[in-house]
Amino acid sequence: MLLKQVHFKSSALPYLLVAPQIIITLIFFIWPASQALFQSLLLEDAFGLSSEFVWLDNFKELFEDEHYINAFGRTLFFSGMVAATSLSFSLVLAAMADRVIKGTGIYRTLLIWPYAVAPVVAGALWVFMFYPTTGIISTTLNSMGYEWNHQLKGDQAMFLVIMAAAWKQVSYNFLFFLAAMQAIPKSLIEAAAIDGASPVKRFWTIIFPLITPTTFFLLVINVVYAFFETFGIIHVVTKGGPAKATEILVYKVFNDGFVGLDLGGSAAQSVILMVVVIALTTFQFKYIERKVEY
Amino acid sequence: MIENRPIDTFVSHAVLLAGIAIVMFPVWITLVAASHDAARLLQIPLPLGLGDQFFDNLKHVIGEGVNNSVSLGIMLFNSLVMALMIAFGKIAISLLSAYALVYFDFRFRMMFFWMIFITLMLPVEVRILPTYEVVAQLNMLDSYWGLSIPLIASATATFMFRQTFLSVPDELLEAARIDGAGPMRFFFDILLPISRTSIAAMFVILFIYGWNQYLWPLLITTDKNMYTIVMAIKQMMEALEETPQWHYIMMTAFLAMIPPVIVVITMQKLFVKGLTETEK
Repeated sequence: MLLKQVHFKSSALPYLLVAPQIIITLIFFIWPASQALFQSLLLEDAFGLSSEFVWLDNFKELFEDEHYINAFGRTLFFSGMVAATSLSFSLVLAAMADRVIKGTGIYRTLLIWPYAVAPVVAGALWVFMFYPTTGIISTTLNSMGYEWNHQLKGDQAMFLVIMAAAWKQVSYNFLFFLAAMQAIPKSLIEAAAIDGASPVKRFWTIIFPLITPTTFFLLVINVVYAFFETFGIIHVVTKGGPAKATEILVYKVFNDGFVGLDLGGSAAQSVILMVVVIALTTFQFKYIERKVEY
Repeated sequence: MIENRPIDTFVSHAVLLAGIAIVMFPVWITLVAASHDAARLLQIPLPLGLGDQFFDNLKHVIGEGVNNSVSLGIMLFNSLVMALMIAFGKIAISLLSAYALVYFDFRFRMMFFWMIFITLMLPVEVRILPTYEVVAQLNMLDSYWGLSIPLIASATATFMFRQTFLSVPDELLEAARIDGAGPMRFFFDILLPISRTSIAAMFVILFIYGWNQYLWPLLITTDKNMYTIVMAIKQMMEALEETPQWHYIMMTAFLAMIPPVIVVITMQKLFVKGLTETEK
């Protein structure tokens, strides 16, 4: 890691400076995380009175458990759909905002709004609109002959949580896409325009390829977001139901640990999730090192 | 824009307006529901325009609270304390540790760096059970400390400030040294003032992060007087089957989103700059 060429000599001071962060990190991160690791190798009875060291049995059990494999697949589907929906929607809006001269500030101010809304609150808004008996969209759908009831139908429940999760992420994606597009030198676009390329062609042959790094970065961020930060949405919209149709991994960790009291199994799931985050983060850091030259 | 074709401009604005209409629709509906009474919200067709009950509903949720719970005023206050403690706490410890990591050569520097770095990879949701146990053992349940400290130590802010410090020219430190400034003098009189923008941007990000916490306050608070507004919404919705009080729920949702929205919008420029320039 980088250090300033011109720097201070070692003394007691730097240790004092890092101390607060290191102490908090040790107590609230490293210690609990190693606990989770340790617990994932134990089999505990439901009352926490006795435990037995079972090595990797908890993991073996997970991968033989049909429910867990299903939850894994469901999480991949959910994240993919959230990322695809939110990214494509924001890409279109950013491309338009990049073209207009007047009003960009107002558009941005309005589009930034969902970023500030808590996942649980976002979930509440979407439940309200789709509440089977009294939701504004669900009742409209019902009157048009389409039966909406996400409390009973798994695919509708999945659709609803995807929409709520994607909605929240639109702001973030829009800001990054717009920043990336505005960083492209205008001379490139002008040259293409002089050669007679239409706006649509310019977008696909110049703008879109040049913002690929941003798109990849956002893809990873969106997948991480969908994996880990959507707990509140699921909890308030569907509670993982109906019949586990929207139970994604983060929700399952919580449910098995706090509700089902299967501490070993829950810890093993946590460990698997940690591995997923570490893989995604490493991938992201590697990719970001490579910058596109204009 | 390169060429001036009115049709293109018109299409761009039309698409943007349509997009904004979709994005803002849930927010508008929240406001609509918060301004009607309970009966109107059960009557189909549902209202699309504002009603006249907004201030009555506001008075009710602030004054008495919903479902025999505490006043929303207390919850708003708790959320505010939690968000501010997380934002200021994180900024303070991250500034100090980033300063040490960038400007000092000391033993175990790399080890400290990796200890901080690894926290990037552990979202609260993943290590929630053991962290809960630690907080319980430290007797921090149902307290502002318990709400904020475990969320304070994450690496995002440290990384952002490290990035900022690395871009500061070396000549500044040389000049300060020639003038006889010690490390702390340099930190407070030179480094902090020139890092103003990144500190402000970080404040926005962290305020929202803190305000919007859900699972953590849900787990560690059992005392009603420690509830935050974000978790209150969930609890109101639990009671939905018996008493559909959508007008109060939506009023609560509206109040819960206003403070972070105000913070983002008023500090928009700094926030966008901080977000897009440091996270990639």
